[in-house]
Amino acid sequence: MEKVKKIKAGDVRTASRLIRNLEDGVKEARSTIKHLFPLTGKAQVVGITGSPGAGKSTLVDGLVEQFRKRGKTVGVLAVDPTSPFTGGAILGDRIRMQRHAEDSGVFVRSLATRGALGGLAKAVGDAIHVMDVMGMDVILVETVGTGQQEVDIINHSHTVLVVLIPGMGDEIQAIKAGIMEIADVFVINKADREGSSKLRREIMAMLDMAPPETFASGWRPPIVRVENAFEPDSFGKSMEELTDTIAKHHEHLVAKDLLGSRIRRKAAVELHEAIRSCVLEPILNHLVAEGEIEGMIQKLMDKKTDPYTLAEEVARRFLKEGV
Amino acid sequence: MAERKLRVMVAKPGLDGHDRGARVLARCFRDAGFEVIYTGCHQTPEQIAAAAIQEDVDLVGLSCLSGAHRYLFPAVKKQLVERGADDIMVIGGGIIPDQDFQYLYDNGIKAIFTPGATLDSIVEWINNNVKPRE
Repeated sequence: MEKVKKIKAGDVRTASRLIRNLEDGVKEARSTIKHLFPLTGKAQVVGITGSPGAGKSTLVDGLVEQFRKRGKTVGVLAVDPTSPFTGGAILGDRIRMQRHAEDSGVFVRSLATRGALGGLAKAVGDAIHVMDVMGMDVILVETVGTGQQEVDIINHSHTVLVVLIPGMGDEIQAIKAGIMEIADVFVINKADREGSSKLRREIMAMLDMAPPETFASGWRPPIVRVENAFEPDSFGKSMEELTDTIAKHHEHLVAKDLLGSRIRRKAAVELHEAIRSCVLEPILNHLVAEGEIEGMIQKLMDKKTDPYTLAEEVARRFLKEGV
Repeated sequence: MAERKLRVMVAKPGLDGHDRGARVLARCFRDAGFEVIYTGCHQTPEQIAAAAIQEDVDLVGLSCLSGAHRYLFPAVKKQLVERGADDIMVIGGGIIPDQDFQYLYDNGIKAIFTPGATLDSIVEWINNNVKPRE
C-alpha cells in the first residue's frame, strides 16, 4: 500500500492526515492501520501525566531536547480537553514545544479528547502506532491535566511519569488512590517553590506504606526534582537526570521481563476498543440515524419499558448468536 | 462515520508580542466548535508551516500587528506550498491598510480581517469558505 510505504519512510503529511482520519473515524483509515499493525512495537512510549498547570508540556519540551541530544527521533502526542458544550477545543501544549517545529527528527501532534474520559483521546493508541511505524524511537504521550481517575495512560506507556508541584498538599491526599498508584517515576516540578521538601516527604511516606509486593520487581518509583525551567543550566541538568531515570526504568522492564506484561495490557485494551467500535458503535449509529433512539428514550420516560429490556431487544435484532 | 471536525491554527508570525487578539480568536473558534491549535508568539513562517502540516489543519489564521504583514503572510503561504501543502488555506488579520489587501490576495491570502471585524463575521466566513479536507 502506497500510504504504508510513505509512513514507513517517515512522511509527515501522510502520517498527520492518517491520524486525522483516525480521529474522525474514517473507515479507510482503519484498513491502513491493519497494514501498519504488524510493523509496530519498536518505539519506547513514555506517558506524562499530572494536574493542569503542573508543567507537563514544558517537561515534554525538555525531554525532547534530551532525547534529540542522544540521537533519538521523538514523536509527541499532546492531548487537551474538548468542550462538552461546543465540541471545540484549544490545543495549546504545542506553544511550549515550538522550538522543535523545524527539527525533522521531531513530530508533534495535538489531539482533543473528543469526549474520552480517561485523560487521553480515543485515537491515541492508533496514533502511537503511526508514529512507531514512522520510525520514532521515543514517543512521549502527554495527557490532559488530570485529577484522580484519568489513568488510561498506563494502557499505552512503557514508563509513566506523574508530575506534581508543591503547594497542593491537600490534593496529594485526594489523589493518593488514583493517579499516585500509576507512577513509575515521580517528578516534583517547580521544586524551587516553597513546599517541595514537604511534597517529597509525602510521596516517600506514601511509598513506604505501600504493601511490600508493590515493588516486588525491585523498582520503587524514584522522585526527580525539577526546578525553574527559565534557568537553562539547572533545568537542563534535571532533564538529563529525568531522561537517565526513564532509560533505567526501561532497562529494568527489559531485565525483569516486564515489558511483555505492559505490551499485553495495551493489546487487551486495543482489542476491547476495537470490539466497541466494530460492534457497538455501528448499532448505536444505526439506531440514531433511523431515529429509533428517540422513540426508545420516550418509552423510557413514559415508563413503558426499561433500559435492559430495550437493550436485550437490540441485541436479539443485531447479534446472530446471543451472549 | 464520525463527523469531520475543522482544525484551525492560530499563529503569530514575526516579532510581535501582542497576542490578545489571537487569543480572543482562539477562544472564539473553540466556541464555534473548531479544534484550535495555538502556536504562541514570535513564530517564523517556517515554524508555522511545519506545525500546520504536523497538525493537519484546514486553515491557518495569522495575526500581525507589527506592520510586517506584507512580508510575513505571503512567506507562510510560500512555505506551505514548498512543503506540498498548498491545500491549507491561509487568512490574516491585524493592522492592515486597505491598499495592502490586493497584494496579500495576490499572494495567496484568502481573506483579511481588520479591527472592527466582528467575531461572528469571521466565524461565518470560515464556515462558508473552509470545509474539512477530505
